[in-house]
Amino acid sequence: MAEQVAIKKEPSVSVMTWAPVVLLAWIIPGAGHFYLKRTGRAMMLAASVLITFLFGIMMRGAMFQPASGDLLTTIIYTGGHFADMMSGILYFLTTWLGYDQPEIAGHVHDYGTKFLVAAGLMNVLAMVDAFEIVSGRKD
Amino acid sequence: MPKVNLSHFEAALLFALLCSVVLGVVTKKTDQERLRYGLRSFGYFVAVMFGLGWLMYLGHG
Repeated sequence: MAEQVAIKKEPSVSVMTWAPVVLLAWIIPGAGHFYLKRTGRAMMLAASVLITFLFGIMMRGAMFQPASGDLLTTIIYTGGHFADMMSGILYFLTTWLGYDQPEIAGHVHDYGTKFLVAAGLMNVLAMVDAFEIVSGRKD
Repeated sequence: MPKVNLSHFEAALLFALLCSVVLGVVTKKTDQERLRYGLRSFGYFVAVMFGLGWLMYLGHG
């Protein structure tokens, strides 16, 4: 007898339902969860991303700019730039206000650069979480 | 914006704390599980930090 494999189908949600939430979560860190009325989690995510980003700025971290060259350089600089942008309004405000820190040797600046990237990546996690909530995969 | 000067240890500890909060919030389903996962994640971060620190110290000679 052939073994029956139960395939659990994920509930499908239209793009028009989840896209605004994910977009909101990108632009304002934590706002996706606020919109979905997960206030406690929203505040923790917003605070974490904001504190990480602010420490990155206060440690005078550099924002990555897309650069081409060998493969590793392209991945690091373009990926870093993409991750920086994932902080949403924090990134755009900072760059529009003229923050342009050059790369300087030293562990504090280096940590700052990593904190700025990490803030963006944390926001990506928050966006994915907001997507899972709005698509019914998670409470 | 004021400039801060953190040591390696302080910066890594702060990074571990903030990452653990986010990982705890987005990973689990109940608040109890989130708290437990966040604390465990922070513990792992700190353990790896000390482990790598000692490894580098001993490897350096």
